[in-house]
Amino acid sequence: MAYYNEMHDADGSVRPHYRPYSHWLETTSPERIARKRAEADLAFRRVGITFAVYGEEAGKERLIPFDIIPRIIPAAEWSGMAAGLRQRVKALNAFLHDIYHDQEILKAGRLPAEQVLNNGQYRPEMQGVDVPGQIYAHIAGVDVVRAGAGEFYVLEDNLRVPSGVSYMIEDRKMMMRLFPELFARHKVAPVQHYPDLLLDNLRAVAPLGVTDPTCVVLTPGAYNSAYFEHTFLAQQMGVELVEGRDLFVKDDTVYMRTTQGPKRVDVIYRRVDDDFLDPEAFRADSMLGVPGLLRAYKAGRVTLANAIGTGVADDKSIYPYVPEMIRFYLGEEPILNNVPTYMCRKPEDLKYVLAHLPELVVKEVHGAGGYGMLVGPAATKAEIEHFRQLLEAKPEGYIAQPTLALSNCPTFVESGVAPRHLDLRPFVLSGNGIQMVPGGLTRVALREGSLVVNSSQGGGTKDTWVLED
Amino acid sequence: MLSRTADHLFWMSRYIERAENLARLLDVTWQMSMVPQSLEAANQNWYAVIVLNSLEEAFARKYSEVNADNVLRFMVSDPDNPASLFSCLRMGRENAHAVRGTITAEMWETLNSTWLELRAQSYEQLTANGPGDFFEWVKIKSSLIRGVTIGTMLQDEAYNFIRLGTLLERADNTARILDVKYHVLKPKEEEGTSDFYQWGALLRSVSAFEVYRKTYRAVINPDRVAELLILQPDMPRSLLFCLKGVVKNLELVANDQSGETLRRAGQLFCEIRYARIEDILEHGLHEYLTDFMDRIYDLGNGISRDFLVPVSTQTQEAA
Repeated sequence: MAYYNEMHDADGSVRPHYRPYSHWLETTSPERIARKRAEADLAFRRVGITFAVYGEEAGKERLIPFDIIPRIIPAAEWSGMAAGLRQRVKALNAFLHDIYHDQEILKAGRLPAEQVLNNGQYRPEMQGVDVPGQIYAHIAGVDVVRAGAGEFYVLEDNLRVPSGVSYMIEDRKMMMRLFPELFARHKVAPVQHYPDLLLDNLRAVAPLGVTDPTCVVLTPGAYNSAYFEHTFLAQQMGVELVEGRDLFVKDDTVYMRTTQGPKRVDVIYRRVDDDFLDPEAFRADSMLGVPGLLRAYKAGRVTLANAIGTGVADDKSIYPYVPEMIRFYLGEEPILNNVPTYMCRKPEDLKYVLAHLPELVVKEVHGAGGYGMLVGPAATKAEIEHFRQLLEAKPEGYIAQPTLALSNCPTFVESGVAPRHLDLRPFVLSGNGIQMVPGGLTRVALREGSLVVNSSQGGGTKDTWVLED
Repeated sequence: MLSRTADHLFWMSRYIERAENLARLLDVTWQMSMVPQSLEAANQNWYAVIVLNSLEEAFARKYSEVNADNVLRFMVSDPDNPASLFSCLRMGRENAHAVRGTITAEMWETLNSTWLELRAQSYEQLTANGPGDFFEWVKIKSSLIRGVTIGTMLQDEAYNFIRLGTLLERADNTARILDVKYHVLKPKEEEGTSDFYQWGALLRSVSAFEVYRKTYRAVINPDRVAELLILQPDMPRSLLFCLKGVVKNLELVANDQSGETLRRAGQLFCEIRYARIEDILEHGLHEYLTDFMDRIYDLGNGISRDFLVPVSTQTQEAA
């Protein structure tokens, strides 16, 4: 299969926007590069930019590999993508508001009602609840890939608790520290103001009547895989990082316990899943949540970002309908492509999928993090047979897509520099309009031929440069 | 500030201070063991370290014999011993990890790299150049962490709780070292002069050797050593100095319910401030120090109750 290479075009010459960097790379001694790579590794370890891996020894932390060759995006390409992202997130928020109110899109028959109402991610508790600014997905991490001859596709919309933005910022910090001379030669759009934008958007969605809101970041705790990011964002925004046990609800108002007594909390940037937010309303065994939080939320006394119930819009079974949402709510044609998707709950789709398993990527409808998926072309016969059984047993639990020829980019690996596949996760903020920093987090699959970029599956990251004109 | 954050900060600094003082105690014991003496007396000194930390049972479960090697292994790098240097630094780091957003990046990096260096080495590697070098390393790291804290941190409430933890722990530890060593070293009436080297080592263990010389300009006398470590107002490891800092920081963080704790701290401070060493010795130094340590323990509980423990836990306990 031919892959789009981010740095070189089909006949092997360097694309214009990569030329200064490529020249620098060729004229810099391998010793210096090796020294800088070692320095980066040491610095990341010392700062403790780590993540915990589920299924490994409790509390064990691993570094996410960082690659020093940046992923460079020219200004024009980014502005097109940014317009597509705005459009998409706007439509998704409109969809969420509609679903939890009048359900016009279902009445219009543009989306099968049972797909939404029988979805495990649909929260009946949210029906009729008004949220400030009608915004549900305040923070969206939209995964975008480049495939085929270079066109962009949205792979999924992460609207629950998307993570990775701290790596975006730390990668940039690291590149500037290691190679300041590169930033003198390139006009790289800055990204470090992301926490400011985030705080701005959180403050904009404070409950009615609150003029100087107290915002907090709610974390599941130090053993969560993204704990580093939670502390990072709280610190950068200058707000408290709280755990469920630091909060309590009294008279439908949320307070945090401080050394000076209880203090009211107005906006919670929560990094805890819906199920664990409130043991009174959802999972009773949750130790991470705050009893009574849903009551306070429904009373409009506190804002949750993201809102409860956003999962119904980023679910893989709803994903195929996002272009339809854009047409329905905005009256526009989608700017970004969707990947063609086979919904295995449909008998004709299931039949096709079962007949073409070695060519397809099969995903669990509710899966995340690269767990529970089959990449047909890379799978063994046994793995394919295993998925065949899973599909036959529970077809509605899966979707399938053609294996995209993800673009690749030169990357440092053990044998030297070699192309590796990558994706991009821009972070789109809603609240005070729609805002984002140029670029996002580039994830790279470090294993040769691998198409799975998730850090839990051995993926690494690259700094992402959007070049200013 | 969140009560839980204050709790982590308080314990972070207590564990680091505890590690430093344990390194100091082990160092002085190590140095004293090099002075000619009977094997029995030497082992007695090592066992005192175990007794001091109330670890007799835990030690006996792992070792049948008291000697320098066993005590050092147990106190330096044994992860099962909650009072070992290894455990103290691990707990210090874990508490810091939980509040890494509150402490400065430099503080976290210093604490984390200390832990990573320690964890990467076996007992044999740590003590390859003799345990003295390792104790020195712990002291330097603790000084570094304290220095980075003072040099980079906003002097706000978080800083006050860090100082409270450091000073409360140090007051306890200095009292402990003095209590155990004074009784080992104090000459019986008939034995005549005390041992210059042993007292010198004790003073050095609390960085007070030069201070003693400057203050008294005289030979080392056990009663003066006690006076220095308890009553000297300006020496950073004396009981009076620590208590002065505890009162000051408690005043800065005071809330609606902390009045009683502050009163008790202030009372203890005043008693030491106007005490005379002759009265203390007449009353009995061991009794005096035991009472002091009990009151420090009580202050620690007061601080937990007033500032650190979430309300719900208290109501549950009360119920």
